[in-house]
Amino acid sequence: MYISVLSGKGGTGKTTISTNLATSLALKGNKTRYLDFDVEEPNGFIFLKPVVEKSIDVNMEVPVVDENLCNLCGACAEHCNFNALAVTAKKVLVFEKLCHSCGLCSIVCPTGAIKEVARTIGKIEIGRNDDLIAVRGILDIGEPMGVPIIKELKKQMTDDYINIVDAPPGSSCSVVNSIEDSDFSILVTEPTKFGLHDLEIAVNVVKQMGIPFGIIINKSSEDDNIIEEYCSREKCEILGKIPFSKEIATKYSKGELLVKKEPEIAEEIDRIIVKVMGRLEK
Amino acid sequence: MKICLTSKGKDMSSELDLRFGRCQQFIIFDTESKEYDVIENSGFSSAHGAGVSAAQQVANEKVSVVITGSLGPNAMNILSADEIKGFIGKSMSLEENIKAYENNELSEITKAGKAHH
Repeated sequence: MYISVLSGKGGTGKTTISTNLATSLALKGNKTRYLDFDVEEPNGFIFLKPVVEKSIDVNMEVPVVDENLCNLCGACAEHCNFNALAVTAKKVLVFEKLCHSCGLCSIVCPTGAIKEVARTIGKIEIGRNDDLIAVRGILDIGEPMGVPIIKELKKQMTDDYINIVDAPPGSSCSVVNSIEDSDFSILVTEPTKFGLHDLEIAVNVVKQMGIPFGIIINKSSEDDNIIEEYCSREKCEILGKIPFSKEIATKYSKGELLVKKEPEIAEEIDRIIVKVMGRLEK
Repeated sequence: MKICLTSKGKDMSSELDLRFGRCQQFIIFDTESKEYDVIENSGFSSAHGAGVSAAQQVANEKVSVVITGSLGPNAMNILSADEIKGFIGKSMSLEENIKAYENNELSEITKAGKAHH
C-alpha cells in the first residue's frame, strides 16, 4: 500500500502528519515504512530518530566525449533536448547539471565518441526505529534535480508494507514523481489564504492524476471555514484536524512525536487512519 | 567582422536586450558591408539551458563579438571556447551600441554573471 502526503504550500505539516501516521501504524503492529521524499530538506528523521543501517549513493549517467574520436559533427548537441551539450570549434562542451541522463547523445554519435559515466548527486539512507522502517533521500547541495533520488527511493517500497511517503512541497516534477502510483493521497493544509490557494493547486494535481484523496486541516482554528467552504463546494472529504496550539508547537520544535505525547492527537490520527483505510477498501 | 547584438526588435533602431539567453532575436551585423541578418533565438522559448542554446547558435554564426547585457557561466564557456568576445552594451538602439563599440566605449565581459536554475 502506498499513501502519499502532500500540500502544495510548504510548512503546513506534511512531515508532522506523515511521521505521526507512520509511527501510529507501526505501534499497532502494521508493517510500516516511512519514506522522506523531500530530498532538498529531508527532516522526518528528526522526529523518527532511526538508526541508519545502510546508505546508497545515487548516480546519474552523464556523457564524456573522447576528443580523439570526436569529429565535431554536432549531432549530439543538435539532438539534446536539454541543451546539455555544445559544439565549439575545438571541442564538445558538456553541461552536466542540465543533463537528464537520457542517453540520446551516445546513440546519435556517429563515431562512438560518447561514453556515459556515473556522477553522484546525492544518496538514500535506510534505517529503523523499533519496527518502523525509515528511508530518506538527500540531494547534494547545488544539485538541481531531485527526481533521480526520488526514483531510487521508490525502489525501496514493497507491497507487503504500508508505505507513507512524505512528499516535497510545490506541484512540479518532484511532487508528481513522489505521488505517482499512490493508492491514496493525504493533502495537508492550514486555514489561511495561502494554505487554500496552494491546496487548490494540489487538489488539481491529484485529480488530474486520478488519485483518491482526503484533506487534513493542520493548525486548525476558528478560521477553518475558509477550507471547509472550499471542501464542501468541491466535495472533498476532510479526514481530520490538528489544532493550532502552543503545546503542539513546543513539542514539534523539540522534535517529539505527537502520537507519543498527546493522547488527543493520537486519537485523531487513529480516526484519520480508519477513514483512509475505509476509503481504500471501497 | 561580424557582431552579434541581443535585440528586442528586428532592425538596427531596436533597443538592445540586456538578456543573452532569453532575448527574442539576435541581429548579426557585418561591419564591412553594414548589412545585418535577423535570427530568432531558440533559447527564448527553451525550457532548459537557454544560455547554452543561444550561445551555440551565436557560435555557429562565426561572429567575433557579442554585445549584450551580461553572459551566464554556460554561455561564457561556449563563447570563450570559440574566442568570441562579449561586450557590455547599454539600453539604447543597436546602431548606438555599434557606434559606442567602435569608439571603444563598451567594456569587455570578463566574468560570467549568475547561473539560473
